[in-house]
Amino acid sequence: MTSKKAKKTLPPHPMEALLRSERLPHIWCAGCGIGTVFSSVIAAVQKSGHDPDKIAVVSGIGCTARMAGYIRLDSFHTTHGRAIAFATGLKLARPEIKVLVISGDGDLLAIGGNHFIHAARRNIDITVICVNNLNYGMTGGQMAPSTPFGAKTTSSISGCPEEPFNFCYLASACGSVYVARWTTLHTRRITNSITEAMQKRGFTFVEILTPCPTSFGRRNKMGTALDTLKFYHERSVILNDIDPKDAPVDFGSKIVVGKFVDTERPTFLDNYQFVCKTEIGDWPDFNGTAVPEGQATR
Amino acid sequence: MNGDYACCEGALSAGCRFFAGYPITPATEVAERMSRRLPELGGIYIQMEDELGSMAAVLGASWGGVKSMTSTSGPGFSLMMENIGLGICTETPCVVCNVQRAGPSTGLPTLVGQGDMMQARWGSHGHYEIIALAPSSPQEMFDFTIRAFNLSEKYRIPVIILADEVVGHMTERVMIPPEKEIKLVGRRKPKVPPGDYLPYRPDPDWVAPMANCGDGYRIHVTGLTHDERGYPGMDEQTQAQMVNRLIQKIVSNTDDIIRTEDIYMDDAEVVVVAYGISARSAKQAVREARAGGLRAGLIKLETVWPFPEKLIRDVAARARAFIMPEINAGQMVLELQRCVGGACPVQLISHFGGSIIHPRTILDAIENAAASKGCMKNKKVPVRRTSRRSDRRR
Amino acid sequence: MKYWRKPLDLENIKASRGKVVIIEDRCKGCGFCVEYCPRDVLCMSQAFNVKGYHTPAVIDESKCVNCHFCEALCPEFAIYSIEANEMTEDKPGRARGKDKRGKA
Repeated sequence: MTSKKAKKTLPPHPMEALLRSERLPHIWCAGCGIGTVFSSVIAAVQKSGHDPDKIAVVSGIGCTARMAGYIRLDSFHTTHGRAIAFATGLKLARPEIKVLVISGDGDLLAIGGNHFIHAARRNIDITVICVNNLNYGMTGGQMAPSTPFGAKTTSSISGCPEEPFNFCYLASACGSVYVARWTTLHTRRITNSITEAMQKRGFTFVEILTPCPTSFGRRNKMGTALDTLKFYHERSVILNDIDPKDAPVDFGSKIVVGKFVDTERPTFLDNYQFVCKTEIGDWPDFNGTAVPEGQATR
Repeated sequence: MNGDYACCEGALSAGCRFFAGYPITPATEVAERMSRRLPELGGIYIQMEDELGSMAAVLGASWGGVKSMTSTSGPGFSLMMENIGLGICTETPCVVCNVQRAGPSTGLPTLVGQGDMMQARWGSHGHYEIIALAPSSPQEMFDFTIRAFNLSEKYRIPVIILADEVVGHMTERVMIPPEKEIKLVGRRKPKVPPGDYLPYRPDPDWVAPMANCGDGYRIHVTGLTHDERGYPGMDEQTQAQMVNRLIQKIVSNTDDIIRTEDIYMDDAEVVVVAYGISARSAKQAVREARAGGLRAGLIKLETVWPFPEKLIRDVAARARAFIMPEINAGQMVLELQRCVGGACPVQLISHFGGSIIHPRTILDAIENAAASKGCMKNKKVPVRRTSRRSDRRR
Repeated sequence: MKYWRKPLDLENIKASRGKVVIIEDRCKGCGFCVEYCPRDVLCMSQAFNVKGYHTPAVIDESKCVNCHFCEALCPEFAIYSIEANEMTEDKPGRARGKDKRGKA
């Protein structure tokens, strides 16, 4: 009954066109939620109808950030924490490109925290997908700004002494126009959220809680990835349109997920063009030719 | 106009339409003028929240196909180092203008220094080659910025302009040539369809054609060690190929990249090698030495990295002494000593920052060197300046 | 299925039928598909793939309704479902995102 490796008569995996399959298997552990998020992202890209040649993925450093290397789009694997800043430059240089920043909680909100809050404040038109595995997975499982209080990690063996961020609250407070949180179990909702976020103008933020069986789950008795998913299944509560302030991730009681914020605000480019009374249009081609008439100094 | 403004105008003439920066004395004026001029030309100025973000944004905009630059000084330059390394590894064209001030750390924010010379070469981790230019006047700020953009686009590398506070803040006449006379270079585009394109396969001159984001090539760009496809490769062979390409790209093309200006060098016995504002002091000193009958000459370094090794070795074979004035504790003099190789003495004239080196100090050093080497004072020494640039094309 | 009365359009409605395709060598044995298939079509087999993981196996293909949830949930792109009578390479609606390399 089971089909073996795709025979000639069977169509390939529906997402094959957007995968760099020559690089599979990917580096993520068995059961890692990042793979599921990756699948949801590709589904969202397909569903959105955007021209894939005009979508760019920017990431930083970390487990999630490796996604840039497996997706068959223009992708940029930059330095730790600077994905959003890089994406800002890319978006402003080519406004017609849809820029997705896909990275982990530590990369985006610890070292990259400053760029995150300013990009949200400026309302740069990018979509930030934050995969939250509650620790720094790539380096072996150290505590992160998302690690729950008391959780065990390699750099907090007696328990994490810090309270974590509520990332959705932070994003909303900084001015993000779309804020949502899901777990990897909510694959279809992740896809819908990312599709909506891509179609929205402005800084959009989607946080996705994922199991990290090897680094976090193992040290905090969360069992296998499947057990973590069942935990999410039991504990997550979908509450749409509430204030993210009231949407904590509390492993003791409930994990609030949903689409919390969906508003409109002028983007950075809207404001820039308005204030500077300028029009950002097609860039002239400077390749090997002198500066065109009327565009030189003075 | 002042040097910082001239740098801005040079960038705009070169086609720069994106600037991401952060205010820092003494480079703030570059950003301020950019913020005023870029909207006039349909460009974008963004003041990022820090220098780390500025450099990242500049790289992002460059991959979007737009010529971009940033400007900073010592403390900001230190912050940008990681992303300069990313720019070098991913071979991203861009320009970083470092208007040096006295350091280390916060140092003397409003006063001159030349202490970032080695940092420009070695500041980022790992081994790589870099191109750095050192202007010594507002006119050179304008010209060298255009050249920096041309070099960065041609060689796909961040180019650093190592100005200093005096050059940045001095006001002198700047001649801006007509548009037609400004020759610009753009990045090499791929000539093959997306299926056959390898983002990091170099042409014979070690530079790979560059596809921008959104051109349909579905490139993958990473700071990890990568192969010709751009995919990360975790082995020694990939590392060797990649680092070799980054090094050869510059080392094989030094004839094109390096430029110096030879002043009174035809018969010089005591040679002063200088860059930036110190070259201005040195020029004055050498002129007075000539007037006093000494055969002194000046090599003004326009390109400081890669260092003009071959030229220095050739000159060392016929000169009697070298003098290098610098406003630091001796950085480029180490390169000079290395290249001279003991053929003749090399003397450093330096102080640690806060003011320029007085021409009198350099003149005294020239006279002492001449006396100790037995150079005769000759009343018939030519005083009319013979100045030759090491490459004939402007 | 037990109805309290027969639906008026029972003859017209056809539940979709799906066929599960498993790319065994990509699988890392996480078990998500087996656990969350709404029709319990899959189970973990005792067989090993080339990497040493247990892969899923189809228990009863007739129950598959082509909901694509296994496909959405799989982190390895190792399992997907297709229309039950789908056996050709070309399927309109599936060949989305054909990239410039000509691969479907």
